[in-house]
Amino acid sequence: MSRWRVTAHTRVALVTLLCLVSGTPQQAQDTPAPAPLILVSKDGRRTVPTVTSNGRELIALDDIASLFQVAVREDSLAGGFTITYRGKTIIASADQPMASVDGRIVTLPSPITRNGRRWLMPIEFLPRALGPIYDQRIDLRRAARLLLVGDLRVPRVSARVDAPGPPTRAAVVISPATPVAVITEASRVVLRVEADAIEPVFPVTATGLIDSVRVGDQPNVVFVALNRQAGTARTVIATADNTTRVVIEVPMAEARPAAPDPKLSTTDPRLPTTESSRLPGLEPRQALQTLAIDPGHGGDEVGVRGASGLEEKQLTLDVARRLRGLVERGLGVRVILTRDDDRMVGIDERAAAANNGKADLLLSLHANGALSGSPSGAEVFYDRLDREGEAVRSAPAAAVALPVIGGGTRNIDVVPWELAQARHVEASAMLASVLEQELRQRVPIGQRPIQQGPMRLLSAANMPAVLVEMAYLTNSAQEKAAAGDEFKNAVAQALYNAIVRFRGYLEETAAP
Amino acid sequence: MSRRAKIYLIAIVVAAAGVTWSLTRLLSPGPGTAPAATATAAPPVGTAHITATLYYASSDGRALVPVRRDVPAATSVVDQGRQILTVQFQDAPQPYVQVVPKGTKLRAFYVTERGDAFVDLSGDVVSAHPGGSLTELLTVYAIVNTVTSNLPAVQRVQLLVEGKEVDTIAGHVDVRKPLERDATLVREGRGGQPDPQPKTQNPKLKK
Repeated sequence: MSRWRVTAHTRVALVTLLCLVSGTPQQAQDTPAPAPLILVSKDGRRTVPTVTSNGRELIALDDIASLFQVAVREDSLAGGFTITYRGKTIIASADQPMASVDGRIVTLPSPITRNGRRWLMPIEFLPRALGPIYDQRIDLRRAARLLLVGDLRVPRVSARVDAPGPPTRAAVVISPATPVAVITEASRVVLRVEADAIEPVFPVTATGLIDSVRVGDQPNVVFVALNRQAGTARTVIATADNTTRVVIEVPMAEARPAAPDPKLSTTDPRLPTTESSRLPGLEPRQALQTLAIDPGHGGDEVGVRGASGLEEKQLTLDVARRLRGLVERGLGVRVILTRDDDRMVGIDERAAAANNGKADLLLSLHANGALSGSPSGAEVFYDRLDREGEAVRSAPAAAVALPVIGGGTRNIDVVPWELAQARHVEASAMLASVLEQELRQRVPIGQRPIQQGPMRLLSAANMPAVLVEMAYLTNSAQEKAAAGDEFKNAVAQALYNAIVRFRGYLEETAAP
Repeated sequence: MSRRAKIYLIAIVVAAAGVTWSLTRLLSPGPGTAPAATATAAPPVGTAHITATLYYASSDGRALVPVRRDVPAATSVVDQGRQILTVQFQDAPQPYVQVVPKGTKLRAFYVTERGDAFVDLSGDVVSAHPGGSLTELLTVYAIVNTVTSNLPAVQRVQLLVEGKEVDTIAGHVDVRKPLERDATLVREGRGGQPDPQPKTQNPKLKK
């Protein structure tokens, strides 16, 4: 009781001071809040009932008790209430823009008021007063109308149109950097951010071939809606400076071919969906003349071994051979296999085979392994640059004049071997995106289908390059499936279709 | 109560609130510190120790999880790094999964003036590794994140095997150069699952 008197005196002094600034408290007059405030937690989402009064958004004490399971005790004599949670208390009184939180005074933007039997307080009460005694983080993001409870990943996602075009170019920027899967559909682009929710900075008004950008059917999904004249969009994902950027380019529909017929994409690799899925653009030039396929591991280096005995080195070589057959028959381009038998090949030797063979594209095939049996699905990796790599990417190429046979000199660009990928990382991101889309149609896909990492082989590849993990051999169902022709053909077909589509991208970017 | 007594009482309460606030600030983790699950490990009686954030795989093997464990205190950065890694290589507390292959030993640990740490591992880290890009990434970044999270002087970590630079641990991840901390592989919460009641522990030195 003595403590109550003491804190009351303290509050009286502080209230007097604060009221000089904030004005006299007024009786709350309930009016509807402008838009629902959404509480997001690991358990899901729910609407938080709030009202606005005198321009302030307020929440009722009853609703706080219900939402956060805190004990509330009203002290009618003192004209206040006490909230208790796990032995810690909040003490507050009517008409005071503050509360005592576990012995510490916190201020509020407007007074706590009593409206009939209801106590109302500004929503800032939640992060400022309840947050310090609650066992989970409480974060209020007013602009996004989100109340985050717990340690959630909620990156800020902004969108802007850089050029109305056509082609229309837009960028969706995710900060901090967060993995994102991009699915290109006929009338829209779907971005699935690996987060509990997103904090959107939308909308983008209709510009060029883009109608709108909005949050999708899930709190972590963004829809980029295209208008009727739009063709199939191309996307590139790049991560730098703790920001993930998805660049979207939308061409006109005239050059768009018919949508791929899913029936054609059977498990028989002899039925490739050759030209049907090429990206729109100019007439093809010979931008893809040589393809390098790297069957991972080999010899004594078996890679992952499944419980039933399937070895990664067997699977990678088998699928590589199937893909080679498809590409040679369907596209007529030269194919380099970094190994064509069961032998161990050094990583630099593999990179050299692709670089010296002037490959335009490198696919490194692998099978994944995990420490538990549950992870499954295909994943695509592309290289993540370190500081030196970023410096190379942004700097002009260093030209060196070398003597040639017959006299004279020839300028050649010199790129450090270990940084060869630096100038191709955005194209590799595009390749990874196309591969993910094609793999998703034919085989199980992983939870994080596109990832970046400092991958040893890719860093030395002087061309767009990705590493494809086809399946988890540590997952018994996946190992069983991966041993069969149906799965191997499906993967080979998906890779083939992605190569055809990526060839269109190479042709377009190579066009003058 | 007299006016003077009231003023004294107000002064006492304000001072107490200030002390409480200061203690809260001192004892709470700093901004940007990832909340970590807590694993209790009984420290040797009478031995000074710190609470360090170590990284293990989540129970499903998909991600890294920060776990707070007690580690013997040391008087220098290098000695503290050795102590932290020695505990990191021991069995993981339940329900986490150890991502450094069993039998891996710390051969040496040192830090350069540029803030690069070198972690020299025994060959077991290669010979006993189960393989796979995901697991290899988890192995590499469990060590990198552990060192950089607990030793502010260290910005990057390079792995060595039997005293030599190597290309990879299991054929995928480039470890020829010092690596920076990677937060994209980290999932917070107990067992890599959402933690309904995350606990924080006083990170200060204690007996």
